[in-house]
Amino acid sequence: MKNWNLRLKIGVFVIAIFLILGFILPLFNSGNPMEWGTYPKNLKPSAAHWFGTTNLGQDTFWLLAKSIQNSFIIGLIVAFFATVIGAILGLLAGFKGGFLDRLITLLTDSFIVIPSLPILILLGTMLKGRASLLYIAIILIIFNWPWPARQLRAMALSLREREFISTALFSGMGTLKIIVKEIFPFVAGWSIANFVNTILVAIGSESGLAVIGMSSNEKATLGTMIYWANQHQAMLAGRWWWIGSPVIAIALIFIALFLTMTGYQQYSALRRGK
Amino acid sequence: MLRLNQVSAQYNMLNGYVKAVDRVHFDVKKNEIFGIAGESGCGKSTLLKVMYDLISYPLEISHGSVEIHSQDKNGQTRIHTNGNIHQSWWKVISYVPQGAMHVMNPVARIKDQFFDAISKYHDKKDKKELQAEITRYLQELELPPEVLKAYPHQLSGGMRQRVLIALATFLHPDIVLADEPTTALDVVVQRGILTMLSAVQKKMKNSMVIVSHDMGVHYQITNRMGIMYAGQMIEVGPTEQIFNNPQHPYTKMLIHALPKVGDNSQKEGIPGTPPSLREPPKGCRFAARCPHAMELCRISDPARVTVGEDHYASCHLLDYGIGGGNQGAAYLTN
Amino acid sequence: MRPILQINDVSRTFKLGGMFFGKKIAAVDQVAIELPGDKPQIMSIVGESGSGKTTLAKLILRLLDPSSGNIVLDGVPLSAYGKREKRKEFLKKVQPIFQNPFTSFSARKTVDTYLFETALNLDVAANKKEALAVVTDVLKSVGLEYAHIKGKYPNQFSGGELQRISIARALIPKPSLIVADEPVAMIDASLRMNIVNLFKKLKDEYNVNFIYITHDLSTAYYVSDYIATMYKGNLIEFGHARNILNNPSHPYTELLLDSIPRVGKKWAEDVLQPDFENKQENEAGCKFAGRCPYAKEVCHSVQPYMVHLDAEHKVLCMKHNDYQTGNMAYVHHNKNHSDSKDNSRSISG
Repeated sequence: MKNWNLRLKIGVFVIAIFLILGFILPLFNSGNPMEWGTYPKNLKPSAAHWFGTTNLGQDTFWLLAKSIQNSFIIGLIVAFFATVIGAILGLLAGFKGGFLDRLITLLTDSFIVIPSLPILILLGTMLKGRASLLYIAIILIIFNWPWPARQLRAMALSLREREFISTALFSGMGTLKIIVKEIFPFVAGWSIANFVNTILVAIGSESGLAVIGMSSNEKATLGTMIYWANQHQAMLAGRWWWIGSPVIAIALIFIALFLTMTGYQQYSALRRGK
Repeated sequence: MLRLNQVSAQYNMLNGYVKAVDRVHFDVKKNEIFGIAGESGCGKSTLLKVMYDLISYPLEISHGSVEIHSQDKNGQTRIHTNGNIHQSWWKVISYVPQGAMHVMNPVARIKDQFFDAISKYHDKKDKKELQAEITRYLQELELPPEVLKAYPHQLSGGMRQRVLIALATFLHPDIVLADEPTTALDVVVQRGILTMLSAVQKKMKNSMVIVSHDMGVHYQITNRMGIMYAGQMIEVGPTEQIFNNPQHPYTKMLIHALPKVGDNSQKEGIPGTPPSLREPPKGCRFAARCPHAMELCRISDPARVTVGEDHYASCHLLDYGIGGGNQGAAYLTN
Repeated sequence: MRPILQINDVSRTFKLGGMFFGKKIAAVDQVAIELPGDKPQIMSIVGESGSGKTTLAKLILRLLDPSSGNIVLDGVPLSAYGKREKRKEFLKKVQPIFQNPFTSFSARKTVDTYLFETALNLDVAANKKEALAVVTDVLKSVGLEYAHIKGKYPNQFSGGELQRISIARALIPKPSLIVADEPVAMIDASLRMNIVNLFKKLKDEYNVNFIYITHDLSTAYYVSDYIATMYKGNLIEFGHARNILNNPSHPYTELLLDSIPRVGKKWAEDVLQPDFENKQENEAGCKFAGRCPYAKEVCHSVQPYMVHLDAEHKVLCMKHNDYQTGNMAYVHHNKNHSDSKDNSRSISG
């Protein structure tokens, strides 16, 4: 940790806070923060309700915590699968070449070209806010795997010309083994940066959808929290805690993720230099 | 002419110093080609950088000085010392680094690379006139003037190297430094480059310093040469003397390690590897690989001994007249 | 005794440029070589860069496929190894050594991993313990101790040591053929003989043939039994090393020999500078005609054919057949050797 630069430290620190907020603290809260009418409406922040309550009778703080949790879960699931699928397809395409490469590239480029937001909105309207988070996640994965695939394909293309790949081939190593043991160490750093970035994109996409009511409105995510706050004119009514906390949370999470990603890139570049 | 006065240079690494050049002391005279030979890691490239005053962190001169004596237009002698030499780059001294042909600007045509490098040192400010002069010069060197329009990747390695030599010699500097100018080029191309260097030097009557690990190259075109080992110059003298009457055991082994076409005798490379320059061994740095090493060699650093006309070597065997003169050479050559 | 390697009129073309306006370049042009199999041989393939020697090496290593012709290794054509299962068989018979020892291994892996992989994957050892014995053994043959290389990364070795490790790895499956592409080009001149001597020693110890690709005639002469010279894709001379270097027949071989910076003999001062890029090549005629001091009219217009100077020495030059053209494809000129050799097997070419 001592070689981490300031960005990385700040980024990770803030993410850690949010993770604690989203995953550890809720363990201390029983009950479902989404439920309406649990508490009196629109209370100001106090010792019992740190952020007050919403117009729907929910404790804002615990609602926020749950929202953070769900947003992160979506982000992590989407990022994980998108990165893994993208890595496998990209490395295979780059390394093997030929027909497989052309096929995968066709797929990759098609998905990149199709704009994801209109499709998501379309899906959202068709499902009218009743889509489960699972569907959203799956759609996001489908739209997010092409980016790492492209990058890793390019890296694999250049790496496979290296002589040590020929040495590995002549040592009898199979394609999969070469990809995992020889090529992947070079792309691992990149993949981590990709992963962090995809979390950011996923949370952003879901929140964006949610704010316009296209996500799963029953579930608590940062986006849906904003949606409901908007539906109840929280801004006009001056209920800053309800509308403000998710907005600030999203902004901070974004910034932290971005700092982590760029900080990590700087860190790994320095390490390579050594 | 160029003079090195007991120059030592080191690289300041975070965990110690790498003493790449240790008390090197010799002159490069006017109108000669001086060769510097040695294995990889002996410090010859660093030495060239020191001569060119290309000293920047982490490289630093820890001892001694470099002097260049040049004649300006009025016949006046000017002396440049290290620290100020960089003001005279291209005009008084020029440098072709190792592998330079691989790092030419890929998006600039050759003529632009010429302009970039020398226009501020040249009197003629008009581009057209300058280009005409460059074209004339290229023709003198038997290079086709079309190369000016080309990009580096359109030329072969040999041609690029020739262009770089033309660039380095265009302003007629007093001293031209070339680091491994023919490594990685084929024998035929190599011969072309070396002949070109030789021809240019003969015409301009200036001084050249050629660094190469290939002794054959030195035999062909240098007048005097120095052998470097582990940062020290262990023998220096006229090229013919070095080959016909080598005094230092390392020099002998270097010469005998070369295969000759037509010679069927068993050739052996030099066993072992050079010492680390971070913690150079006490005493003679070659002692660990020397077949004639004595106890003294491991304790004290040999001093320079005159072994012939303008021919010096640093070896304890020479101190006691054991290896001095021709009888000694016969004994050691076995 | 059947030849260990037969290269039968192999050509390999590359297309440069786009789909419609590309130009075809024959990197290897109708090369035919036979390497006798009665005892292990070292054959050098000598040439400048652009001569096609590296492409030929890749063809032998099956890193590329020939555009025409075929290569037969110990009676089996290389195309037979196309299937996946057969691939391993091929790896057991042919192994490479590359030019740059530092890029031959991944900087992120320890070098001994490659040695163990080779031993285990190519059925030389059944488990790690056996592999260790094999690896230790093969390292000893190249003058290294296993303890010295265990657990170390490539950047902890010198170029010479890494090249030895490369050689050791290639020896593990006890191949019939090792193809070394400029193995000493990046090693200091004074250390080259250490490696080159190894080839000689290993040839006898392991009964393995070496193909040594280089532009350095001195080491080629020193170590080879046979030498093949290439120029712009063509095989221009082939024969016993001593014959070729004492009596070079092709003008290009002469030029190569002349250009070596030798200790003891200075170059003649008045040499014509030959190698200016001639962008327009003569499509007809001999590719070397533009630079050849012996070229006559006919050389510029008619393709040269292979002239056999004796049973095992052939040269692609019409000078040796008095510049005659026509149906003079298979001419035997017994210059120094009597007809005692069996001529029938070397008519091809």
